[in-house]
Amino acid sequence: MQRPALSSILLGLIPFVAGCFTVTLWDRIHPMVLGLPFNFFWTISWMVLTPLCLWGAYRIEIRRDLARLREQGGLPNGMQGGAD
Amino acid sequence: MSPSVVALTVISVIVAVGSAIGFSARYGRRMDLEQWACAGRGLGLVLVWLLMAGEMFTAYTFLGASGWAYSRGAPVFYVVGYWPLGCVVGFFILPLIWEAGHKHRMQTQADFFQVRFGSKFLAASVALLGVVSLIPYMQLQLTGLGLIVEEASYGGIHRTTAMVVAFALVAAFVFVSGVRGVAWVSVLKDLLLLGSAVFIGLAVPHIYFGGIGRMFTAIERAKPAHLVLPGNTLNLGHAWYISTVLVSALSFYMWPHFFAATFTAKNGQILRRNAALMPLYALAIPFMLFVGFTAVLVLPGLRDGDLSVLLIVRKTFPAWFLGLIGGAGALTAMVAAAIQLLCAATLYAKNLIRPIFAPKMTEGQVAALSKLIVLVLTAGAVLLAIYSSVSLISLYLLGVNGVAQMLPGVLLGLFSRRATTAGVFAGLITGVVIAAALTLTNHDPFHGLNAGFLGLCINFAVTGVVSALTRVHVTGFDAIPAELATVQPSSAAGLQ
Repeated sequence: MQRPALSSILLGLIPFVAGCFTVTLWDRIHPMVLGLPFNFFWTISWMVLTPLCLWGAYRIEIRRDLARLREQGGLPNGMQGGAD
Repeated sequence: MSPSVVALTVISVIVAVGSAIGFSARYGRRMDLEQWACAGRGLGLVLVWLLMAGEMFTAYTFLGASGWAYSRGAPVFYVVGYWPLGCVVGFFILPLIWEAGHKHRMQTQADFFQVRFGSKFLAASVALLGVVSLIPYMQLQLTGLGLIVEEASYGGIHRTTAMVVAFALVAAFVFVSGVRGVAWVSVLKDLLLLGSAVFIGLAVPHIYFGGIGRMFTAIERAKPAHLVLPGNTLNLGHAWYISTVLVSALSFYMWPHFFAATFTAKNGQILRRNAALMPLYALAIPFMLFVGFTAVLVLPGLRDGDLSVLLIVRKTFPAWFLGLIGGAGALTAMVAAAIQLLCAATLYAKNLIRPIFAPKMTEGQVAALSKLIVLVLTAGAVLLAIYSSVSLISLYLLGVNGVAQMLPGVLLGLFSRRATTAGVFAGLITGVVIAAALTLTNHDPFHGLNAGFLGLCINFAVTGVVSALTRVHVTGFDAIPAELATVQPSSAAGLQ
């Protein structure tokens, strides 16, 4: 079993910092964006930005899976198609 | 025809079509436990996505979130905030859970604990905690169904009657179709739900205020405190927001039915892509919140915020449209309740009754017992729904406080070589006791912090300390002795 790479974990931490820990910084009504109070706009934007971060992490993990595959000379468990 | 007859007819047609899809999905498949509870582990990206996403859109998102937007205001943004973060957690742990599940033929969340920590009592406790935490979540769905029918009939059908009818429908649905049927009904229900959410989310603010921006400006002028934390509450401030978002995100996939849905995937990559895309699906939630916020000024003084969507739709649109929205909501609640029931019943029979009380049961008997338990659990949830009056989101958070306590066992089980059975067991019990004690004595939030979050922190600490003092059972999934490698003599029929 392979642990995730540090770089992909860091990518995954970005939404946590932006959407959770920093709430005191963005919990306000103004400036209103697209007609939404700023706090509402901010949380909604992380619904779109989080998949971008995870897409980056996905690329990193796929590259590691392929490297592992080359090393072992066979398909890793996570990439087999269908049940046994 | 009176408006209530029109609305109820549309709802019945939608529910009937949905049930027919569920019933027909079983044709040509033998329904052993593996098929009924795991769909034989053969679901691809689309069906796994629908199953998981389908389970995320429940009466909680459809009625409860807008209910909080109406009654509490800004604290409801936590729903928007935790969702993407839950997906981040899933992105990292689901492929590992899948890998362990695939290798050791797991069917339930408790199987994971059974294999990794080698204790049937720990597994049974996890199963029990899962079932107990699922009960308020099921109660939430049934309450939602009751509200929909009551409002669509303009008060003609009492919600108690509606909930009893809903009970019969959901139980029959689960009995016959199993997990694959539920996944297919999710398709219909999600189309209806997404369509209606976007439509009413844009139309309702437009009709009353001329747009979403003007609606929020109007709320700001009338009630500026409604739109920033703690909103229309005294104690749901920034510390509550952070702790609630954290505990909800971390326990996103700790719900036993999500955890078990992991095992239905063909491979781990599907789960990673699934988790990366899932936040986009949640974009429907803000639209439901727009409706709840509009109701703040249009329908002031409702005794129950959870009614805000239904009442504003009834006030604004013709009866057939209320039926359409009600039908979407009813199907949503039914599908959600069905998945939860399916999972709770399997957990109960497989990880609690059989290993502790009746070790000689066959796989077929477990499947039969599971179906019996489906009836008992739905009846229990109906009774609770009839006799309690907590808001839908509070019911959800009650369940979250419980399932969150499984996190240390899962995380340390995957990543730590030093976690011991005794450590995980002690942490789990301490966490549950603390979360339950604070919640049941009305101390949630406790000094501004979410009770489940406090329980989780202490749970981690106790797990760490007790693990350091006790002997390691095995160091990880790689190190499990061959004779303990699979959970049960698994049914070969589902694998052919």
